[in-house]
Amino acid sequence: MKKPLALAISAAALAFTSAALADDPKEGGVVNTIIQPEPPGLVLGMVQNAPTRTVSGNIYEGLLRYSTDLEPMPQLAESWEVSDDGRTYTFHLREGVTWHDGEDFTADDVVFSADVFHRELNPSARAVLQHVESIEATDDHTVVFTLKQPFGPFLLSFEAGTFTMVPEHLYAGTDFRDNEHNDHPIGTGPFKFSNWERGTVIELVKNDDYYEEGLPYLDGVNWHIIPDGASRAVAFENETIDVLPSGTVENFDIPRLAEMDNVCMTEEGHEYFSPFAMLWMNNREGPTADKRFRQAVMYAMDREFAKDVLWNGLGNVPLSAFGSNARFQNDDLEPYDHNPERARELLDEMGYDGEEITILPLPYGETWTRWAEAVQQNLREVGINVETQATDVGGWNQRLGDWDYDLAFTYLYQYGDPALGISRTYLSDNIAKGSPWNNVEGYENERVDELFNEAATAFPDEEREKLYREVQEILHEDVPVGWLMELGFPTLYRCDVQNLVTSGVGVNDGFKDAWLDR
Amino acid sequence: MVYARLILMRLFKAVIVLFLIVIFNFLLIQLAPGDPAAILAGEAGAADQEFLNQLRERFGLDQPMYVQLWRYVSGIAMLDFGYSYRLGVPVFDLIMARLPATLLLTGTAFVLSLVLGIVAGSMAASRVKKPSGSLIMALALVFYATPLFWVALMSVVVFSVYLGWLPAYGLYTVGAGHTGFALVLDVAKHLVLPATTLALFFMAIYTRMTRTSMLDAAQQDYVKTARAKGLKPSIIQRRHVLRNALLPIITLAGLQAGQMVGGAILTETVFAWPGIGRLMFEALQQRDYNLLLGIFFFSAALVIVFNIITDLVYSLADPRIKKGAA
Repeated sequence: MKKPLALAISAAALAFTSAALADDPKEGGVVNTIIQPEPPGLVLGMVQNAPTRTVSGNIYEGLLRYSTDLEPMPQLAESWEVSDDGRTYTFHLREGVTWHDGEDFTADDVVFSADVFHRELNPSARAVLQHVESIEATDDHTVVFTLKQPFGPFLLSFEAGTFTMVPEHLYAGTDFRDNEHNDHPIGTGPFKFSNWERGTVIELVKNDDYYEEGLPYLDGVNWHIIPDGASRAVAFENETIDVLPSGTVENFDIPRLAEMDNVCMTEEGHEYFSPFAMLWMNNREGPTADKRFRQAVMYAMDREFAKDVLWNGLGNVPLSAFGSNARFQNDDLEPYDHNPERARELLDEMGYDGEEITILPLPYGETWTRWAEAVQQNLREVGINVETQATDVGGWNQRLGDWDYDLAFTYLYQYGDPALGISRTYLSDNIAKGSPWNNVEGYENERVDELFNEAATAFPDEEREKLYREVQEILHEDVPVGWLMELGFPTLYRCDVQNLVTSGVGVNDGFKDAWLDR
Repeated sequence: MVYARLILMRLFKAVIVLFLIVIFNFLLIQLAPGDPAAILAGEAGAADQEFLNQLRERFGLDQPMYVQLWRYVSGIAMLDFGYSYRLGVPVFDLIMARLPATLLLTGTAFVLSLVLGIVAGSMAASRVKKPSGSLIMALALVFYATPLFWVALMSVVVFSVYLGWLPAYGLYTVGAGHTGFALVLDVAKHLVLPATTLALFFMAIYTRMTRTSMLDAAQQDYVKTARAKGLKPSIIQRRHVLRNALLPIITLAGLQAGQMVGGAILTETVFAWPGIGRLMFEALQQRDYNLLLGIFFFSAALVIVFNIITDLVYSLADPRIKKGAA
């Protein structure tokens, strides 16, 4: 199954490039796609979850965009400079940009968004803002960010999902969460909010006044809301739906749908998030508190099998804590290959007495349930007495937030830089009850804290690299969590939807360049 | 006048029952694992303590439980159902927005199952020893025993994927811009599969029940009398047998009608029908307690209303039931 699908992707990519070269983009048409689950709201920054990013990334914009290699590209900022000491970032904003209500977009909007709006509402922006000393508008189209000390991944933080630009004239001085404009989001993006029929559809229409010449090509995008996975697959099959964003159908449906006529598939567009699947292992108590037990789990798991069977051969089995899409990966580390012998030795060495442990699958659908079953079988093969416990999302959150688990599946976004997406899992000051997204495993290592903190603010990149290589060696030995896979989430689409994925966040901001060859 | 007093009495009791239901639901929901703020934070994929505190304060979850209960009950007393945690929209508005779609679906299914069930049941009753009668009963048994979601998925596979006759999901064709009669037709098309799916199970029950109680009634002395005085068999069936056989069916119809608001979760999910059942299921998953409690309240109120209506219908169908005795 692995080979044909991988081939299909490259073939599709080839077909796509040549078609894009051959034809001039056509204007018009509406693309029908899916949003799952239905987002709670559409104001980015106020709501950060994945479905909101996917829809609103077309309404709102950030200062920068990122290529699939995670290189910054101009968006609302047309150029930028970084001072030699790595502390001052100057952004020159594009002129002639207007909000969807006709007001001008200026540097004051940037200062308001970053310094007031996101500081109050947005936890991921707050994490970046703690490195920022001041944000100033030096004229209508220039904004200067001064940092307390250099912060390596700073330029990676300006994606629309993290630092959305929101209109100051509508939000300043109001209670943001009760603002009347929340029902009708106003951004600068290529598409305008038109209508949200709850439970049925979110409709976006073309922004005729968009500042990039000739864009967007499409007249609109309809995001259909279909709660059942099988029904979503059917909607794509009977051609009501043109684009299936990643994660909207079960993995076992993907090979079947990918083989249909006029269906293309791409794995691109997730480089910025690069979801990293992990196995939380409770470092505080039980057998999982022993490093040797955790290593044994790594050796016991057949991760290549899971990749080939459950994930259709897409994705990547990582060496350790840093994935291939994060920077500074140390590839000299010895991989934890499938080695049941070694796992049994380690268990003998620590004197594991067969104490029963539990494993919580991620309650996100059938693939995850099956994955937990596969891991359970792997662990039983080496003599670990393990039971699966099913929960719903609420129960899963609570169990992890209360540290009430032995092993648990999760996945985290890497955000392109260890200081944004990886260190949070291992830093000891990130241990706090009540959230399933911090240092849930309870790992504490002073040297690791030191290295991560130094590396975040070291300058230039060569300095950071040295520190990150060392931290990976320690983590690789300690196995605070199990590293399962960098997930390959393919996007399926009708081949006549051209230019769909043009950035490292994929369909989250991709419809701007897309056009229909119909 | 007797009716008016009866209804007043029942309404008074209903208010007390509803009040108890509100309190009971509120307490029951506290037992479920999962904290709404943590789930919202979890969904956001990033959260610091400040974010959690903001949410808890906003929802009043930082207050002791008796304060929360008091706020909730006093809100309900003034028909204020509060805000949905996740969507930040008044619960009442959310329910009202979804109610028409649900009532259209469940109402259609209700009428469909009742009418077809009674017709099929009476046909089966008058063909007891014939193959056609057995066929009806066999079909009823199949519909009764088949899981709803399977029927739903199979009907989609057959009628929308293979045959392409009917739309697979949704309330209307998105982006088609239908108005007036075209819109009615479009919605009707979308209604066929979910309403039939939902109707099958109850239709099977009505069929079986109609047949059984009609056969039962046919043994009664007044039927023999009617036959003896030379009435036509079709009139006997309709006027004497069916009418007497209706009581258990009315009971069941009352129960089904009571489920009209919340009873279609599965159907609404598979067919992406934007109704209350889905809203309730999502609220449960998100631990959106205000919304969940609001829907519970409406469902409970509807059950009570239909119980009252059922009692009234009893006395209409069978004048022997004393009006005051209900």
